[in-house]
Amino acid sequence: MIRIDSVTKRYPDGTVAVDRLSLEIPDRSITVLVGPSGCGKTTTLRMINRMVEPSEGTILIDGKDSRQQPVNTLRRSMGYVIQNAGLFQHRTIVDNIATVPRMLGWGKEKARTRARELMERVGLDGSLAKRYPYQLSGGQQQRVGVARALAADPPVLLMDEPFSAVDPVVRKGLQDELLRIQDELGKTIVFVTHDIDEAVKIGTMVAVMRTGGKLAQYAPPAELLSSPADAFVEDFLGTDRGIRRLSFFPSAGLRLLTGPVVAVDATAEQIAARDTAEAPYLLVTDVDGKPLGWSEPGQLTAGSVDVGRLLPYGRPFAAGTDSLRAALDCAVLSPTGWAVGVDAEGRVAGVVSQQSIGEAIRGAHARGRTDAPVPDTKVG
Amino acid sequence: MDGFFDIPSDLQHSWLGLIGLHVREAGLPVLAGLLIALPLSQLCVRFRWLYPPVLWVTTVLYAIPSLAFFVVLIDYTGQTELTVMIPLTVYTLVILVPAIVDGVRSVPQETLAAATAMGFGPVRRYIQVQLPIAVPAIIAGLRVATVSSISLVSVGALIGNQGALGNLINDANIYNRPELAVNAVVTMAVLAILADGLLVVVRLLMTPWMPSGARARRADRPEPEPEVAAR
Repeated sequence: MIRIDSVTKRYPDGTVAVDRLSLEIPDRSITVLVGPSGCGKTTTLRMINRMVEPSEGTILIDGKDSRQQPVNTLRRSMGYVIQNAGLFQHRTIVDNIATVPRMLGWGKEKARTRARELMERVGLDGSLAKRYPYQLSGGQQQRVGVARALAADPPVLLMDEPFSAVDPVVRKGLQDELLRIQDELGKTIVFVTHDIDEAVKIGTMVAVMRTGGKLAQYAPPAELLSSPADAFVEDFLGTDRGIRRLSFFPSAGLRLLTGPVVAVDATAEQIAARDTAEAPYLLVTDVDGKPLGWSEPGQLTAGSVDVGRLLPYGRPFAAGTDSLRAALDCAVLSPTGWAVGVDAEGRVAGVVSQQSIGEAIRGAHARGRTDAPVPDTKVG
Repeated sequence: MDGFFDIPSDLQHSWLGLIGLHVREAGLPVLAGLLIALPLSQLCVRFRWLYPPVLWVTTVLYAIPSLAFFVVLIDYTGQTELTVMIPLTVYTLVILVPAIVDGVRSVPQETLAAATAMGFGPVRRYIQVQLPIAVPAIIAGLRVATVSSISLVSVGALIGNQGALGNLINDANIYNRPELAVNAVVTMAVLAILADGLLVVVRLLMTPWMPSGARARRADRPEPEPEVAAR
């Protein structure tokens, strides 16, 4: 465990970058430091591997003062990923990744073999091994940066805005990839970002810092969204934190209706037998059970369904695995106001209305209150 | 153009001998200049305040005419090659020091931070990261310094028989043989072009990691698609 114990960083000109910060970073989890620029998050990260020396306070790594061991030994035990990757442009990809193992005295072949393994792990094609950084896209370079940091299998990974400089699509991919790698490797990751959405998405714990290097709140993302500690945190979280918080509620409890679902080849009797008491529309599926579109019950005639005239169903959500946020989004997108839940194969599992999603949300909130009795003073 | 390669005996060298002498008198100062400029530049990068005064001194030294240098140096080093090469060495600094300083400074901050974070000490970082990345800038400086040195060697003729191909110009004057002057100028020009070309080749060999023109880059670049398709 990394323990930051009332650490202050004061520069000779009097600027205080970090002010009496205390933080316990749990093992094998992703702890995100997030805040506006000038809040001292990068300084904090750099104090962990002593690229910046604290003016006061101590940083304990597994109970030992980080100043006890030689600085370069400390740094080689922590992977470091930086914005724009910071690759060595004069070395091939495989040699970039092999840098730290080589410094630790590994043989050239062993280090390169390890580097190739890591390329695979971070989703890079082996054919890129002999290329130089300029021949790679920004996203690929960032993957090399992650592989390089993992090369010597350090227990700790420090990541300084690693995905800020790539476009949103690539960034999402890199975030998913990081979560997948973390599932496999279980590192202790400290991740700095200014993007609260990124923090909420990947963080096990999120530390929100404010200008002047003070800790504003340290909590799991769901708690951060439900009960921000003060106006600063609330403001930093943005306007739609209620919606975003739904990401943490599973859609498994939703009451999916199969009554208003009908196959495209259904007979007139089958159509007439559909239960339309609860739903004003029928969802038409193809013969495999995949959704085609909505129709008003009266306009559906057996044997001659005009698929082109069906109302679009928007985007389905994966029933049970997606969050309530995804389900709500589907319902809002759908012109009928009903969301379509599908199973892993894309077959319709059932439909659900905005209204019953709303009930599920209220239920989840109620459970949230009994699980963690934090009074939400902002409501009302 | 009769007797184009008929070198007067007072020069004590064949044409090829003069070329060898010229290459040595021009090349050694560039090498010596590089050996001085490397540590000096590193000091300038390390201690930023040092760079302006160093730049000022090298510029002032460059402004001193070689003849003035010779007058001072002859008392110590006599009418020797060394007397010619010392000023030439000093002159290279005005080109090499800024070239190396700019080259080393051009290494991106992220690269330096990444190196530090991976546990590179300052010396290892300088030798394994900063210098290799500065190679293109350093060689660009060496090209200018080398060509300028090749032309400047001829002033050695001022202190007797130390100007290599430059003495040929002097002899053209004495013996009224203009073809010797033409020979000297053309040979020096060809030497300069060859030396420059050689340095370009060295640069290409030392920097396979540099993008070599837009076409090569496009051909080498892998499809950008896998980024998204990987998922």
